[in-house]
Amino acid sequence: MAIAREAEPVSSLTEVREFGLDREDLLDIYRHLLTTRGIEERGHILYKQGKIPGSFYTGRGNEASAVGIATAMRPEDVGTPLHRDMGVHVVRGVEPWRVFAQFMGRMDGPTKGKDGNVHMADDRLGLIAMVSHLPAMLPVAVGCALAFRIREEKRVALGWFGEGASARGDTHEAMNFAGVRRLPIVFICDNNQWAYSTPTHLEYAVEHIADRAKAYGFDGVVVDGTDVLAVYREARLAIEKARDGGGPTLIECQTLRMEGHAVHDDAFYVPKEMFEEWAKRDPLERFRTWLRENAQFTDEQEDEIRGEVKKLLNDAVKRADESPIPDESTLLDGVFATPEDLDTPHHK
Amino acid sequence: MAEKTYLQAISDGLRQEMRRDKRVFVIGEDVGVYGGAFKVTQGFQEEFGPWRVIDAPLAETAIVGGCTGAALMGMRPVAEMQFADFVSCAWDQLVTVAAKQRYRAGTPVPIVVRCPSGGGFSGGPFHSQNPESSFAHIPGLRVVCPATPEDAKGLIVTAIEDPNPVLYFEHKHLYRRIKADVPDERYTIPFGEARIHREGDDVSLVTWGAMVYTAAEAADKVAEEDGISTEIIDLRTIIPWDRKAVLESVEKTSKVIVLHEDTHTGGFGGEIAATIAEEAFEHLDAPVRRIAAPDSPVPFAPALEKAFLPQVDDVVAGLRELAAY
Repeated sequence: MAIAREAEPVSSLTEVREFGLDREDLLDIYRHLLTTRGIEERGHILYKQGKIPGSFYTGRGNEASAVGIATAMRPEDVGTPLHRDMGVHVVRGVEPWRVFAQFMGRMDGPTKGKDGNVHMADDRLGLIAMVSHLPAMLPVAVGCALAFRIREEKRVALGWFGEGASARGDTHEAMNFAGVRRLPIVFICDNNQWAYSTPTHLEYAVEHIADRAKAYGFDGVVVDGTDVLAVYREARLAIEKARDGGGPTLIECQTLRMEGHAVHDDAFYVPKEMFEEWAKRDPLERFRTWLRENAQFTDEQEDEIRGEVKKLLNDAVKRADESPIPDESTLLDGVFATPEDLDTPHHK
Repeated sequence: MAEKTYLQAISDGLRQEMRRDKRVFVIGEDVGVYGGAFKVTQGFQEEFGPWRVIDAPLAETAIVGGCTGAALMGMRPVAEMQFADFVSCAWDQLVTVAAKQRYRAGTPVPIVVRCPSGGGFSGGPFHSQNPESSFAHIPGLRVVCPATPEDAKGLIVTAIEDPNPVLYFEHKHLYRRIKADVPDERYTIPFGEARIHREGDDVSLVTWGAMVYTAAEAADKVAEEDGISTEIIDLRTIIPWDRKAVLESVEKTSKVIVLHEDTHTGGFGGEIAATIAEEAFEHLDAPVRRIAAPDSPVPFAPALEKAFLPQVDDVVAGLRELAAY
């Protein structure tokens, strides 16, 4: 028996409007979903062409979760998205060519070739670059919320983790501290059911990760992570509750990781029927159908958006490919910060 | 100028920075109502309130990770580890997140982690360690080990000002034993500048932290009994460390001992000895000598701990041996 609340799907356009989305916002969501998937599909091609060193990770199946959450954030909010959350970067306004430059280890990637794949963030967009050690970013997100609380700012931090990372102590320490201090934070669990090859029953023994929220003194909610509008609604409720002093919420977005852990992994351990079942709930297809049935989404509009995204990404790949390879002379740049590094709006 | 203990000097520096800069806050276990296990933050919560002197749950990962997040949002957090030994629980946050964030993500992490370190009072294996060399090995971290009250105050101020994560190792055995005049006004002491604790001509003795006093006692003894003149260099900061001061002293004396309370293998003394071998080989008249704790956990029983910690007599023997070489 679940302890966390299980969120209902979003029904009508009227309900969506009640949660603050107009028709333009809905088209933006579709645009962001397409861009997110498009970035990762093109990344995959670039990888196969040998243009991306190292490995390559995607969040196929998680697009609606990432886009839905980020759409509910306000510009002044901050977050620590992970490697299945490209959609968060897209919604916050990252330029896709910078993402491709990052994948390719070029100078115009947000990390200037110092780090790879989705280990990136543009701090001007209110995002903090992840590390591989999951969920080490959760205590960091809690610290952002702590700063907001100390300064009595009406801002909210969002911390992402996966169901695999829920097994580590950082998750516990972060949630406990946030609960004790009722900090303005929302925890997002991307539960894609597979931590590399490890299934959920070997990661946790409760029914839902979100059930644990009660033990930390706050609410948990489970939402279908393929339903972008339901994710948005739950995120908005939780974010605004946190902003109003109501403390943390844990949102568990249930999805299936539709590819391997990374490009080298064919996910042979995931039952074929599982992929088939979840393919029917493809987040993009689901939202497209909803738009057609509820928001008079026409073929012309769809073609227009698809065309825009295609051009955006074509140009982005080209521009990224022109970005310079980091010069060896930059090897030691930034090992230590200088006082000038503190000359940013954050540090005034 | 007033006479202050080493502990009061840390406390003064911290309090002054908190009065001066609203971004500075303190977080740790029992730092608020109780004033810290060693009372460094006594009276702070009354003055600055519970949201700038934050009693944290027993959770070093949350404390240091929380500091990193707050720093990224423009704060200047100062975390207290109740004992330096417990910083192991925050290793991942310091080494994986904070140390690498500027290099790879471009965002500085100006945090200070205060680590009450060192032995000498039967603290046993988990309340006595000196883990500075573990962190010295991690690019991106600053490592500070003051020995005097004046340095303790100036270096805590510099640590708070510094745009990097700083591990500030304050030696517990010095807290109330060491007193000296400390300026009342705010001042900083630059990282990477050693202090000549005592000038001398025959043997250089490079050290830091509580071992400065062990070195000084030994130097007095060999000066009186053997006429050996010892130059004591207190590094004050390990990362960065003052290579120039060390190499200049070696050029002058041609003989050098590196002394530390941390254990021998992989201790920071090895790095100093290697640098001297690489860069001042021609100036040496004797092999570089290391005096350090043996490679064991810190024992509890007073007799065992005395055998573990480098003693004045060990340093005296080392100085005599080198002077005679």
